[in-house]
Amino acid sequence: MSATSLTGPRSAASGGSAPAGGAARRAAPAWRSTGALGLGVATLWLSVIVLLPLSAVVVHSLDGGLGAFWDAVTSRQALSALRFTVLVSLATALINVIGGTLIAWVLVRDRFPGKRFVNALIDLPFALPTIVAGLVLLTLYGQRSPVGIDIAFTQAAVLVALLFVTLPFVIRSVQPVLIELDTEMEEAALSLGARNATIFRRIVLPNLVPAILSGAALAFARAVGEFGSIVLISGNIPFKTQVSSVYVFNLIESDAPTSAAAVSTVLLLVSLAVLLAIRGLGRWGARHDR
Amino acid sequence: MTVDRRWQLSLRVVALAYLGALLFVPVGLIFYRTFEHGLAAVWESITTPAAIHAFQLTLEVTLIAVPLNTLFGIVMAIALARGRWRGKGLINAFIDLPFAVSPIVIGLSLVLVYGVHGWFGGALANAGIQVIFSVPGIVLATIFVSLPFVVREVTPVLKEIGDDQEQAAATLGAGAWTTFRRITLPAIRWGVAYGVVLSVARCIGEFGAVSVVSGKISGETDTLTLLVDKRFSNFDLAGAYAASALLALIALVTLLAMTTMNRRREEGDT
Repeated sequence: MSATSLTGPRSAASGGSAPAGGAARRAAPAWRSTGALGLGVATLWLSVIVLLPLSAVVVHSLDGGLGAFWDAVTSRQALSALRFTVLVSLATALINVIGGTLIAWVLVRDRFPGKRFVNALIDLPFALPTIVAGLVLLTLYGQRSPVGIDIAFTQAAVLVALLFVTLPFVIRSVQPVLIELDTEMEEAALSLGARNATIFRRIVLPNLVPAILSGAALAFARAVGEFGSIVLISGNIPFKTQVSSVYVFNLIESDAPTSAAAVSTVLLLVSLAVLLAIRGLGRWGARHDR
Repeated sequence: MTVDRRWQLSLRVVALAYLGALLFVPVGLIFYRTFEHGLAAVWESITTPAAIHAFQLTLEVTLIAVPLNTLFGIVMAIALARGRWRGKGLINAFIDLPFAVSPIVIGLSLVLVYGVHGWFGGALANAGIQVIFSVPGIVLATIFVSLPFVVREVTPVLKEIGDDQEQAAATLGAGAWTTFRRITLPAIRWGVAYGVVLSVARCIGEFGAVSVVSGKISGETDTLTLLVDKRFSNFDLAGAYAASALLALIALVTLLAMTTMNRRREEGDT
C-alpha cells in the first residue's frame, strides 16, 4: 500500500510525457555503456573497500565467544562511555533541531548585509578537518581562553565540539524546503486572522518536519561516531567525558582488538539503525511531497 | 508569515550570536593566534622537513583516493540512476556507510583485515607487504571515508536530467561511449566537480581512521592532521596552530570552490 502511494503521484506526474509502455522502453545508453561489467567492478570496489573490513569487525568481535563479547560491551567503562555518547548525541541533535531551523529561517526569510557570506561559511565545519575544529574550540574555550570561559575537559566541551561539527546538517536540509515553500498559504492564514505563532505551528512547521528530522538524524549519526574534534577537548576522562569512539581508540592502542571490535559492533548497529531511520524518513517525506 | 520587525531582529541576533560563538570567533581566533608572533615563525614551522613530508604525503594520498572514487562514483551513479537490477536498494544503503560509521571503527576494521593478526595479515607479511602502520593503510582508510561523495552528488543530477537526450543520441546512431562523452558527461560535470571538491576536503582532513592505521612515524606516515595532533601533544602549540592554519586555509579555499560551483549549478549552467 505504501509503495503505491509512494510511486502513484510521481508516475502520474511524469506519465504525461513518457510513452505509455514505460517498462518496455529500452535501457538508457549511459547505462548500457557501463552495463553489467561496470556495475560488477563498482560493486566489487565497494565490497573490498567498505563491506569486507566492516564484516571483519563483526566477525572479530566474536573471537572470544559470545560471553567475551557481552563482557566487553557491558564492562562499566564501556557502558558509561556508550551512555554518555548516546545522551550527548541526542542533546546535539535536539539543539540542532532548534538552532538549525532558526538559522535556516533567518538565512531564507531575513535580509541583512553579509548574508551571503554567512551562508557560505555555514559549510565550514564540513570542510575543516576535525582535529583543527577541536583545536579551534580549545583555543577559545580552553585554559588560555581570551574570553575567560574555560570548559576544557568537561562534558559541556564535548557537546560544544559536537555542535560545531554537526552545525550544517539541519540548516542545509531545511533551507531548500523553506525556499520552495509557497508563501501563499501563509498569506492566506494571515488574512484569515491567524497569529504568527499559529501560522508557524500549523503551516510552516508541518512542511519542515521531514527535513528537520532527517537533518537531526544525520547530526546524531555523525555525533555518535565523532572522534577528531573531541579527542583534544574532552580530556578523555573515563566515566565522565569519555565517548565510545575514544574508548575504542584506547582499546586499540592497549592492544585489545577483540574488545575494541565488540564495542565497535555496537556502534555499527547504532549507525545502521540511524541510516535505516533516515531512509524511512525520506520515504515519508516523499509521500508528503506534493 | 510576515514577522514584525522586532521579532525579525531578535531572531537574526540570536542566530548570528550562535554562529558567532560556535563558528566565526573560534575560527578567526585560530588565525590570530597563528600569526600573532609574526609570519616568519609560521613559515618556519610549516617548512620543517617533517611538515613538508606530511604535506606531501597528504597530497599523495588524496591524489590516489580521489580519482579512484570519482571513477567509481560515476559508474555507480549511472548504474543507480539508469539501471534496473536486483539488490539496488541494498547497495544504495551500503554506499552511505562511510558517512555513518565512526572513523575509529573504520580504522579498526582495516587493522582487522590487513594488520598482523588480521585476515590477510599473514599472507601480506609473507609477501613482504606492510599495509598497517604504513602508507597503503592510510590510502585505504582515506578511500574508505571519501567513497560516497561523488556518487551522492552525481546520482540526483542524472535522475533530474532524465535520459531523453541519451535516447535521442542513441537513436541517431551514437555509440555508448560517444553518448556518454558528448551527452551525459557534460550534463553531470558540475555534480562531478562538486563531489570531487567534497572528496578532496575529506581526504585532506581525515584524522580518526588515519590515526588508527598510520603508526604516526615522523617523516614517514604522518599526514597533516596527524602532525597537528602530534605537535599539540608535544606542547608545540605554535607549531600546531601553524599546521592548523594551513589546513583551515585549504578548507576556506574548498568552501570558495563549493560556493562558486553551487552558484553555477543553480544558474542552470548544465
